[in-house]
Amino acid sequence: MIKKIITLFLILIPINSYALIEVDITRGNLDPLPVAVSPLSIDEKSRKSFEKAIKEKNIGEEISSIVENNLSTSGLFNPLSKEAFLQAPDIANLKPRFEDWNLIKAQALITGKVNYVDDKLRVEFRLWDVLAAKEMMALAFTTVPSNWRRVGHIISDKVYERLTGEKGYFDTRIIYVAEEGPKTQRIKKLAIMDQDGFNNKFLTLGNELVLTPRFNPTSQMVTYLSYFKNLPRVYLLDIETGTQEVVGDFPGMTFAPRFSPDGKKIIMSLAKDGKSDIYTMDLENRIVERITNHPSIDTSPSYSPDGKYITFNSDRSGYQQIYLMKSDGSDVKRISFGNGLYGTPVWSPRGDLIAFTKLHKGKFYIGVMRTDGKGERLLTENYYQEAPSWSPNGRVLIFYRETKTNDKGEGFTAKLWSIDLTGYNERQIKTPTDASDPSWSSLLSN
Amino acid sequence: MILNKIFKNTLLVLTACIVLSACATKKEIATDIKGSMQGDVYTGTETVEYLAEGVPDRVFFATNESILTTASRETLRAQAAWMRKNSSINVVLEGHADERGTREYNLALGERRANAAKDYLMTYGISSDRITVLSYGKERPVDSGSNPLSWSKNRRSVTVKAN
Repeated sequence: MIKKIITLFLILIPINSYALIEVDITRGNLDPLPVAVSPLSIDEKSRKSFEKAIKEKNIGEEISSIVENNLSTSGLFNPLSKEAFLQAPDIANLKPRFEDWNLIKAQALITGKVNYVDDKLRVEFRLWDVLAAKEMMALAFTTVPSNWRRVGHIISDKVYERLTGEKGYFDTRIIYVAEEGPKTQRIKKLAIMDQDGFNNKFLTLGNELVLTPRFNPTSQMVTYLSYFKNLPRVYLLDIETGTQEVVGDFPGMTFAPRFSPDGKKIIMSLAKDGKSDIYTMDLENRIVERITNHPSIDTSPSYSPDGKYITFNSDRSGYQQIYLMKSDGSDVKRISFGNGLYGTPVWSPRGDLIAFTKLHKGKFYIGVMRTDGKGERLLTENYYQEAPSWSPNGRVLIFYRETKTNDKGEGFTAKLWSIDLTGYNERQIKTPTDASDPSWSSLLSN
Repeated sequence: MILNKIFKNTLLVLTACIVLSACATKKEIATDIKGSMQGDVYTGTETVEYLAEGVPDRVFFATNESILTTASRETLRAQAAWMRKNSSINVVLEGHADERGTREYNLALGERRANAAKDYLMTYGISSDRITVLSYGKERPVDSGSNPLSWSKNRRSVTVKAN
């Protein structure tokens, strides 16, 4: 389903190599770039065809509001109010009157056009540099109409990439655990949604406890922990077909699964006789390898993007700390030395940082450190939060946060939140139910 | 005997408060007396069920620990005696952690706690064939409160009849 639904045609325009507008993503959102997102123009015939096909009144306006919302939530852009726009969408897309856009202080302008062609959705869009009065980018897409939200995300990614110089993260999905019911008897289901919270879908029924889903590199498979038949084991789920299978045949609880960066192996913990060690299983030949062998708890393993190293959580020093080793289990060394307990290390897709959860003096923190353990930065503090997962470009972390209950044990909630690597732009991600254990997919259109 | 123990614990807590004067507010003293904690191990009976008369079903642990306390060992000896008498009964030891830890580590910790109980039952003559270990981590608290007393009730290994 995710595979190549979008056919992407590059049309028009060699792009000028010197970008006049630049957005610095390392600085946080102190000064978001003012951008005007003109509604995509649409002729009446196309509008009616889409209204019939996908029950959206004006797909041009809808797509542009997806773009607006994405750019705004990134914290790097400030989409301007459409009420101030002077130029009509169709004319702006042909030739913007830059003085008009300059007047409302827009520095970048996005225009475009939507057509209904042979039962397909065709969208073209342009990005303009208002101050330099230049076109920066022009692209067109053709896809099935039901994919219209993804078109909005792809446009957002292209704009983000053109203006920041880094890949975007909008055409992505989040897999997570949807939670309901009292804290003592939570019902948990796997759920998947677009990065902006739309198209939410439940993947399991809630008959058994499920935890910690994680995508494979192509985002078509998910590995997770299920208590099916009261035997907690790592499972594999094919999102497209819905097929589920247990991973391997282990003599105890397997948990904390993740894929290797090439998607060929699953790395996980096996708990047996009071100790937990790290194992891998090759998904093709089913060969199981033991990676750690220690009387302590070794868990939460995560590969470096090149697959050469593994970071993991161990209490071999007496308390939970973060460790690093080669992927064959050799050269184990502790890297967390700050005050408090450290858990859930996750290697950044850029390779340079490890995100973690820290418990110190009764507070939980999400933070990052370099892979040698130095340069620790705590991004957010709360009563309870854990399990960071990186956006595919390594700029944003998603995690979950639980609230303290009142004197009667009431008022418990679990929600998904995201925060920039800079520590700015903390946001709750809306979900239909309570939610935990988020995992961010790769970019779907690559 | 249980009354006697509670009295003893209460006394301990009171003494500790007077000496340390750390828990100076009236409210905290009241919580400790009512809830019965020693150190941060739950010693009360509020959540305890019984496998048979005089055989409590659960033992409690200190934060991040899987060491059996004296009281826990007493409970497990009673369970072992009961299992020896009822040789057809098998059990599941369900290990749990409180909410103040990361999910994956807590799954491992619950397993470690249940195994501590299993090992002790085995030293009192119970075959490992009769014991299954199942960790729930922090997924199944008995008390939904967000305070030290609630957490202490949740750090537990519960012996459940499997047949």
